[in-house]
Amino acid sequence: MQSFAYAAPATVAQTLAILAEHLGAGRRAQVLAGGTDLMVQMRTLDAGPRTIVDIKKLAETNRLDVGANEIYIGAAIPGAMLTASKPLVACLPGLVESIDLIGSSQIQGRASLGGNLCNASPAGDTISALVANSGICVIASKAGQREMPVEAFVVGVGKNALKPGEFLLGIKFKRPAKGTSDAYQRFIPRTEMDIAVAGVGVSVRLDAKGVCTAARVAIGAVAPTVILVPAAADALMGSKLDDAALDAAGRACTAAASPISDKRGTAEYRRKVVAVLCRRTAKQAADRARESQ
Amino acid sequence: MMSKLQVDTQINGERMEFLCEPQQSMLDVLRDTLRLTGTKEGCATGDCGACSVLLDGRLVCACLMFAAESAGRQITTIEGIARGDVLHPIQQKFLEHAALQCGICTPGFVVATKALLDENPDPSETEIRYHLAGNLCRCTGYDKIIRAVQDAAKTLRGEAS
Repeated sequence: MQSFAYAAPATVAQTLAILAEHLGAGRRAQVLAGGTDLMVQMRTLDAGPRTIVDIKKLAETNRLDVGANEIYIGAAIPGAMLTASKPLVACLPGLVESIDLIGSSQIQGRASLGGNLCNASPAGDTISALVANSGICVIASKAGQREMPVEAFVVGVGKNALKPGEFLLGIKFKRPAKGTSDAYQRFIPRTEMDIAVAGVGVSVRLDAKGVCTAARVAIGAVAPTVILVPAAADALMGSKLDDAALDAAGRACTAAASPISDKRGTAEYRRKVVAVLCRRTAKQAADRARESQ
Repeated sequence: MMSKLQVDTQINGERMEFLCEPQQSMLDVLRDTLRLTGTKEGCATGDCGACSVLLDGRLVCACLMFAAESAGRQITTIEGIARGDVLHPIQQKFLEHAALQCGICTPGFVVATKALLDENPDPSETEIRYHLAGNLCRCTGYDKIIRAVQDAAKTLRGEAS
């Protein structure tokens, strides 16, 4: 029978070798970043033995790079470090807010962007913001690196597109062009430390006249996965984000949602709230885009 | 069969070696192996903050960290806050303001407060409340804790309280 083991490899090649060796031998291995989901799940859902493969020693999962053309965020960087990065906050304020909303100061000291994405919760706060910002997953696999848009990475409740033996290195973005900005808002019944009833991530680009020339809208906690809503983006494009355009975008979010009813809210309530959040979030992203002109 | 890991770390400024199982949490090793029982176990799921410690100066829950991860890192627990018999100003102000009743949450609050004041010597009441939102107290109603933190911040800034 397999027993527990812990490995903290120093390179991507070593990490892939450990994962491949386990796969070949039919033994279980699980990647560890911040551990704030993994350790809770080990205590509450599945205490089965496995090799814990800590990816926090790798340069690729710890690198934060806000470059002239591209932004790269290592998968294992704790939220507190991302929130403290002024260049990142300046480029992707909505994404950083979506990270900062997760958990307490203690959780922020450990929880990572990569972990929130791989955990693939329908309500994962960062996922809507990642999709809105056209995030690209950089995945380590035996055949080399492969890349995939975030919206294709999350494939179901708690399920991601990583194949056995692969792991997430980081997420990259094109640096937002002038006049482009983002926002993320969610609704929770408390003021903090809760799971979203609904959440919306928006990225918009405005031209010098304030006309929207590019938009992406992603909604969370209202379907089995976070989803991109092209109809909501279409409603914003070509407008100056006036009330009529915002209302139409909100209605598109309501139409795209397929929520469940649970203790946090009924399906009907979620469909309504997601429209309100879409209007507010799009307006906030547009206000920021104007400031960045 | 479990194979034990040998871990070499630094706790409260002192080098420490211990043996642990791969899946053991830092909290269990602190309390059960190293007998540093000042760090408390509340929920064991990262919700209550009773097990707050500093990992290389950063506030974390010891229940959400594998002990094996502490290799080569520096941990500060509540036992490392006072200087010998002299209480840290945060501890002193918690006493003066009666910011505790049963005391189970107190070590976590003190460590979390230290992390806040190390970074931000003059936090607003809102900043204090948000920073300490991951520390639960079922006795005090929090107001006395907030007053104690404000007063400790004043003392640490060198202002008369």
